[in-house]
Amino acid sequence: MTVAPWSRRTTLVVRAVGIAALVSVVATLWLGIWVTPPDQVQHDLVRLVYVHPPIAWVALYLAFGTAALASILWLWRRTRSPMWDRLAASAVEVGAVFTALTLVTGSIWGRPTWGVWWAWDARLTSTALLLVMLLGYLALRRVPGDPDARARRCAVAAIIAAVDVPIVHFSVVWWRTLHQGATVLNANLSPTIHGSMAWTLLLGFVAFTLTFVWMLAQRMRIETLSQQLEGAELDEALQERWAEGAPAAASAPARAGAAEAAP
Amino acid sequence: MWRDGVLVAGKDLRIELRSRVVLNQVAPFSVVVLVLFALALGPSRAPIAQAAPGLFWVTLLFATVLAVQRSVAVESTEARDGLRLSGLDPAGIFLGKTAAVAVELAALEVLLGAGVLLFYGVHVRSVATLVAAAVFGTLGLAASGTLYGALAGGLRVRETLLPFLLLPVVAPVLLAGTRAWQAALGQGSTGTDPWMALLVVFAAVYLALGVVLFGPLQEAA
Repeated sequence: MTVAPWSRRTTLVVRAVGIAALVSVVATLWLGIWVTPPDQVQHDLVRLVYVHPPIAWVALYLAFGTAALASILWLWRRTRSPMWDRLAASAVEVGAVFTALTLVTGSIWGRPTWGVWWAWDARLTSTALLLVMLLGYLALRRVPGDPDARARRCAVAAIIAAVDVPIVHFSVVWWRTLHQGATVLNANLSPTIHGSMAWTLLLGFVAFTLTFVWMLAQRMRIETLSQQLEGAELDEALQERWAEGAPAAASAPARAGAAEAAP
Repeated sequence: MWRDGVLVAGKDLRIELRSRVVLNQVAPFSVVVLVLFALALGPSRAPIAQAAPGLFWVTLLFATVLAVQRSVAVESTEARDGLRLSGLDPAGIFLGKTAAVAVELAALEVLLGAGVLLFYGVHVRSVATLVAAAVFGTLGLAASGTLYGALAGGLRVRETLLPFLLLPVVAPVLLAGTRAWQAALGQGSTGTDPWMALLVVFAAVYLALGVVLFGPLQEAA
């Protein structure tokens, strides 16, 4: 029975990515909290800018893009491999965590800035709808059944949900902008940021991208192992049943056929 | 593909004509929802009239879930195997089932629209906009609903899973349909063009997706 889903080299690479992610996240926090100056208008609130956009980038582009691409690769016969199914499922799961974090960090920033935890702003609304779609995919994924049928179902679900994302985005943007003037967003964020703030933000993007890659790799490993475990458990159960039947068959060779048929 | 579509649509509509499940259960349910909304927002007429377009579309979304459940339930395991063995084009099956759901929903909308006019006291300014939004919205709802119905079809948990999967995806139809109806009823100052375009695009995208993806989905069921 094989337990290691990764070669030695893959293990090393993933470990290196993990360490790099940890170091860069710590460095982002250090730069973001102690080194960079507070903003003129937003004061210390501006420090959330080093965390929130990178998380949103991972959630809305990296995770969703990976899931959609992997689903297409699974559905296309020439590139079909169980790996794509595992990749898509892992990307959606990690992506759901990052999408939820995007909403939470945005909410924390919105409360002191806008005065409310939640506004029916275009971005907030479309991100919330996206989170519900990701949760729907995960719910579909949890339905027990044949792995191949499940992979096919989930791949199709990912594609039809991914196609909806731009439509949802435009509809919600129009919903807001046609309804009233420009939103409060970006009134004081859009002026160019520079110096240590820009570098810290850039580092934040690198840090959370690395974190995403590392989490994705770990999640895929868990998925592979759990699939192996399922197979191994079935094999073990079969072996036990055969072992139960064997002595009976040996002691009464005349009734061997009956012993095999009996439970 | 088109001939197969007509065959399947005819079959589903004939089943509906004989069993009358949508007519006798889904239609009364929609009217109940309209009354419940009025109870929640009433009794003064102004807030109800204000909310009327949105309430119509939310009710229609609920009715879509039920109509799709019915459309899936019609195909028992044996019937699904029969359909697969029949050699009909999967794209044709998809179009046929979508058309049947769309026709049922259209009949429902006439009833719902009459209910909204009667109960909610709104005045129609542009019948053409009203009807056009309803037609394209219905096509989009029927197409996406049929696709998700096939997705959840073989599963034991499909009754609970389908609304969860379908409703967030059709949120743009709700938004666009509501805005178009608001304009048609003389509420709000927004134009209808982008919303109409959105409804048309949504319907076209999900019809195309269904034609392409229904085949692979049938293999999974």
